[in-house]
Amino acid sequence: MSAVLKAPLVVEFPFTRSLGPVQSAFLTGLRERVVLGVRTGDGRTLVPPVEYDPVTAEELHDLVEVAPTGTVTTWAWNPAPRRGQPLTTPFAWVLVRLDGADTALLHALDAPGPAAVHTGMPVRIRWAGERTGAITDIACFEPYDGRRAEPAGHTGEFEAPVTGIVAAARLDYTYSPGRAQTAYINALSGRRTMGERCPSCRKVYVPPRGACPTCGVATSEQVEVGPRGTVTTFCIVNIKAKNLDIEVPYVYAHIALDGAGLALHGRIGGIPYDEVRMGLRVEPVWTDGARYPDHYRPTGEPDADYDTYKELL
Amino acid sequence: MSKEPVAVVGIGQTRHVAARRDVSLAGLVREAARRALRDAELTWADIDAVVIGKAPDFFEGVMMPELYLADALGAVGKPMLRVHTAGSVGGSTALVAANLVAARVHTTVLTLAFEKQSESNAMWGLSLPIPFQQPLLAGAGGFFAPHIRAYMRRSGAPETVGALVAYKDRRNALKNPYAHLHEHDITLDKVMASPMLWDPIRYSETCPSSDGACAMILTDRAGAARAPRPPAWMLGGAMRSEPTLFAGKDFVSPQAGQDCAADVYRQAGITDPRREIDGAEIYVPFSWYEPMWLENLGFAGEGEGWKLTEAGVTELDGDLPVNMSGGVLSTNPIGASGMIRFAEAALQVRGQAGEHQVDGARRVLGHAYGGGSQFFSMWLVGDRPPDS
Ligand SMILES: [Zn+2]
Repeated sequence: MSAVLKAPLVVEFPFTRSLGPVQSAFLTGLRERVVLGVRTGDGRTLVPPVEYDPVTAEELHDLVEVAPTGTVTTWAWNPAPRRGQPLTTPFAWVLVRLDGADTALLHALDAPGPAAVHTGMPVRIRWAGERTGAITDIACFEPYDGRRAEPAGHTGEFEAPVTGIVAAARLDYTYSPGRAQTAYINALSGRRTMGERCPSCRKVYVPPRGACPTCGVATSEQVEVGPRGTVTTFCIVNIKAKNLDIEVPYVYAHIALDGAGLALHGRIGGIPYDEVRMGLRVEPVWTDGARYPDHYRPTGEPDADYDTYKELL
Repeated sequence: MSKEPVAVVGIGQTRHVAARRDVSLAGLVREAARRALRDAELTWADIDAVVIGKAPDFFEGVMMPELYLADALGAVGKPMLRVHTAGSVGGSTALVAANLVAARVHTTVLTLAFEKQSESNAMWGLSLPIPFQQPLLAGAGGFFAPHIRAYMRRSGAPETVGALVAYKDRRNALKNPYAHLHEHDITLDKVMASPMLWDPIRYSETCPSSDGACAMILTDRAGAARAPRPPAWMLGGAMRSEPTLFAGKDFVSPQAGQDCAADVYRQAGITDPRREIDGAEIYVPFSWYEPMWLENLGFAGEGEGWKLTEAGVTELDGDLPVNMSGGVLSTNPIGASGMIRFAEAALQVRGQAGEHQVDGARRVLGHAYGGGSQFFSMWLVGDRPPDS
């Protein structure tokens, strides 16, 4: 058996986030080198601030400034920073209770090594040179033995507040289609379409998934299907997708290859889009170097009778 | 021991719009929850547990929303669950909450579903570039359009039926202040003249992208007795699943949907849904799904659903009104859309639906589906408790 295919799959998207009043003030404050917390019903100051009281569930509005100096309440050494983390050299993840706050903020501490970090150590904010209204406006924390800073009493009113942020999300996967689809994909390179027959219901799955979802049993018997097939249903796509290099309009069809137990999906060509119909007999058209048929074209056979494919829509 | 009867005593929705830039996700869900509490005249302290649902994580990029939203929903120190069944999630979330009351695990449960499509990207979430696969299609419309064509072929429905549904739902939405689309100048001709996106689906026959949240307060018999306004009673509720793709799958009328409806009717003692049910809020993201689901839900025989639509039976003043609120075609915060169906059904039997109220609605169905017609969730609510 040949090796199972693998490939990197990167999933990333720049999500936008509306901040609401409290986070808007907090992030705008960072832009202005002001750290704001929020006062709860029981008189505590939460930093970072939250919109709703964790104890009473009441809405919180009372913003109060805290100091840019504080104390490490706990920490963990990060010997190998990854992409997107606050510092590129090894650093400590720290929880810092800023002076004037009752809760701690998670951030990075720039320190030469784990021996230089301890719970209870005094630190201060190192501001980023360029600030936009984001948590990264705090570049990191740094050890600080000087005088405790006094907050200036800011109440959270700013000119041109930040109301939204872009939160870029990225996930790095190693994707594998698995044993059954690897065999299917390898067969396609020889321009053959291989399915797998369920030992229980005898239906042929194309593409195969290694198991029959109806019977819940593994499949392994290899069955060649096609190359010809029948268009069982379709739509005419008139809108161009950003990430898809296909001219519109085009026909997206469900095609039941001869011998297959269900339809696969493909594009129909070689015929005007408005002449495609259910029951049209088609065959694959290959292009050099492509993994899949580029499209399917009419074979010229008479259309299939509806009863022969009505279970394969 | 019999189940505890479940009553809906509070309902709250946000005014659904294209983009709510003035609130965070927390602020959005809070608004719906507060309205539900106000409707029930209850406070956060009266809530024993919170059950929430949202669209798939890739859509919004928010993992573990139950963690982030606990403060906003007064859930600190209480059980909080998150339910996840793609587009049907709003319905199955309500059913999980209802089951907690029915099983006497909790007395009063807040259930809520939401989505900010403006900060999300469903098209992207549904079209990840999977290695070794041939990219052919983007988005949900192209996925569902071939199934609609299959329905048209199977039923012999005239091509105009889809437009009739869209025209009806958009007019119904004009009577619902919470609906997203308020197309005051809508005409049947305008629907028919809108561009074909995925033929046979026209632009005006597709749902919008909305920001919104919907919340309900569910409680037991004693809680219902204290409620300031008439409760809606759950007469039956069920969920069913099936694979997205399998040999023999009937996309036009999935078996899981038929089985789910049959279970709900059995629980509620319904033998003739067409005659015994006074209205339905059905998950119709593309107009043709109205006649398709009418058949799947047993309101019409196979191939007959479009006749109800064409004859005006599903109009607001028809014999079996469908999507009195304007439906998914007028409002679609995906994660919340199923719960909006359930809540709108409850509003009807409570007599609280305002301008889109169906006179004398005593039993109304709420329906949701999701994935590639993979998940189904439904409830039937009535104006009286199940054993009366
Ligand atoms: Zn099988």
